[in-house]
Amino acid sequence: MAWLGHFNYWIFVFLMMAGFYTVIARGNLIKKIVGLNIFQTSVFLLYITMGKVSGGTAPIVPEGGSEGVVYSNPIPHVLILTAIVVGVATTALGLALIVRIHEAYDTIEEDEIQDIEENANTLENSGGQAS
Amino acid sequence: MIAAHLPALQIAVPLIAAPICLLLRRENLSWAWATFISWVVFALAWVMLEKTLTGGAFNYELGGWEAPYGIEYRVDALNAFILLIVAAIGAVVMPYARASVAREIPEHKRGLFYTAYLLCLTGLLGITITGDAFNVFVFLEISSLSSYALIALGRDPKALTAAFQYLIMGTIGATFILIGIGLMYQMTGTLNMADLAKRLPAVEDTRPVLAAFAFFIVGVCLKLALFPLHLWLPNAYAYAPSVVTAFLAATATKVSIYVLYRFVFTIFGQSFSFDVIPLESILLVLSLAGIFAASIVAIFQTNVKRLLAYSSVAQIGYIMLGVALVSVAGLTASILHIFNHAIMKGALFLCMGAVYYQIGSVKIEDMNGIGKKMPFTMFAFVIAGLGLIGVPLTVGFISKWYLITAVLEKGWWPVAVLILLSSLLAVIYIWRVVEAAYFKAGDSDDVVVKEAPVSMLIPIYVLTGASVYFGIETSLPLGTAAEAAKQLMGIGG
Repeated sequence: MAWLGHFNYWIFVFLMMAGFYTVIARGNLIKKIVGLNIFQTSVFLLYITMGKVSGGTAPIVPEGGSEGVVYSNPIPHVLILTAIVVGVATTALGLALIVRIHEAYDTIEEDEIQDIEENANTLENSGGQAS
Repeated sequence: MIAAHLPALQIAVPLIAAPICLLLRRENLSWAWATFISWVVFALAWVMLEKTLTGGAFNYELGGWEAPYGIEYRVDALNAFILLIVAAIGAVVMPYARASVAREIPEHKRGLFYTAYLLCLTGLLGITITGDAFNVFVFLEISSLSSYALIALGRDPKALTAAFQYLIMGTIGATFILIGIGLMYQMTGTLNMADLAKRLPAVEDTRPVLAAFAFFIVGVCLKLALFPLHLWLPNAYAYAPSVVTAFLAATATKVSIYVLYRFVFTIFGQSFSFDVIPLESILLVLSLAGIFAASIVAIFQTNVKRLLAYSSVAQIGYIMLGVALVSVAGLTASILHIFNHAIMKGALFLCMGAVYYQIGSVKIEDMNGIGKKMPFTMFAFVIAGLGLIGVPLTVGFISKWYLITAVLEKGWWPVAVLILLSSLLAVIYIWRVVEAAYFKAGDSDDVVVKEAPVSMLIPIYVLTGASVYFGIETSLPLGTAAEAAKQLMGIGG
């Protein structure tokens, strides 16, 4: 039952693959962003897990000195704080792009957008300049 | 004592300049500011390259925190050279930007455009200069997020979908890199590159390190658009504003290639990357496949910017082929081609920007007879195009020469033959543009097409001139590339 000890890592792998699959398999742009979020969040979990020391507390010096206190490694937490900010920025930018795409194409389904783009291509090629 | 803080200034100057640029609001002011900052950054990069070439590598501890704990910037011949390429392209492209941006980007967004450009520049320089693995990720995201925004500014609605696709693929790549760095930290407890290089050999047989390597390489290859992970690139380059295409094509993928060099050679080390894992065979196959597939696809493009974008994927193939050789000669050719390709592709995309400025299109059929109407622009296109093919007296010849010499040194003559054959494909796709421009009569004589403004022609000719100059006088790029290659392979330096 050694694999149970890596419980967090299994969740990480599951979330990562679920998110990744959603990004690839879904045609709806919002769902793609949701998938991307799950994908990124799984990495947050990976970092938090690796920083955990069993039996460790928060890395704050308690009253009366830190003698013999076991604490978790704070560095992965700090790192992932940065990655969370990056994730928020990516999501915001992605959603902003989706708003613009919706304005331009009137849809957020990938296959419908592709149809519109292909039609535009054939129109341009037959009908001369359309700028 | 400003000289001691050069590495920090290299990043701090454009980073602080970006919000100031936002506050300037006025289009001309923000353009002048961004141009000024680009030149300052270029001067800083130049001074640092001189310093590394004469005095060797040097470190800078950010905020005075000692190396394994604080973030360290480390400048050696390799990244000083890449810094110079990025900064130089920025400095050349910015004077050009004013006219081009005024034509392609709505007025109220122009100030924001220059702000995003400065952030992108900061990110690219930051990735190159930092000596801290996690810092690479942070700067990578700074440059990527700003480039998604820059690409989305293109006039065609397809720019939006191209930017979105790049955002998805870029984020997946960056997250893979993040997983890789996380696993490395888990096994070694350090993020400092020099420290990682020392501690990784002790744990290199463990599965997390293998996984870290795999995640990292796939992530970086996504960012540098190695075939078949290049799908985001053609649309992003084709529909972005001309200035953005020229800047990103010459710098963004190159910086990712630098990251690959740094991690594969300096951090994981040759013996792990190439003996434990057969990275060289993977890269060899993918780069050759990329060279041919992308060149052939380029031949069938009707949009010249898209054609050049596919050609970029092929050129990245040549650069990675140099890495796959795992020799000083191969790496020299690879680093040299980063420099040479940045010059040539920068020039070609700037020419297309000038064409778009005048006729509002970059489709081949709209360019019939343009060689007579825009003689200076198209002459520059031909010269830079000859470079892409690899004609002697241009930079393209120099890089192909060194690449083929390096390949023959290994005795892989079939690969050398393939490189020569692939050059013929470049002849075909460049010829298609030249044919339309010079040998087909323009069908719309009622539209008066003039030469592009001088402010656009000068940057075009600076890069085109450089592509001839460095094709004859090779000592600066070649000397630096050779020095950098030796350091990467751990010989001397």
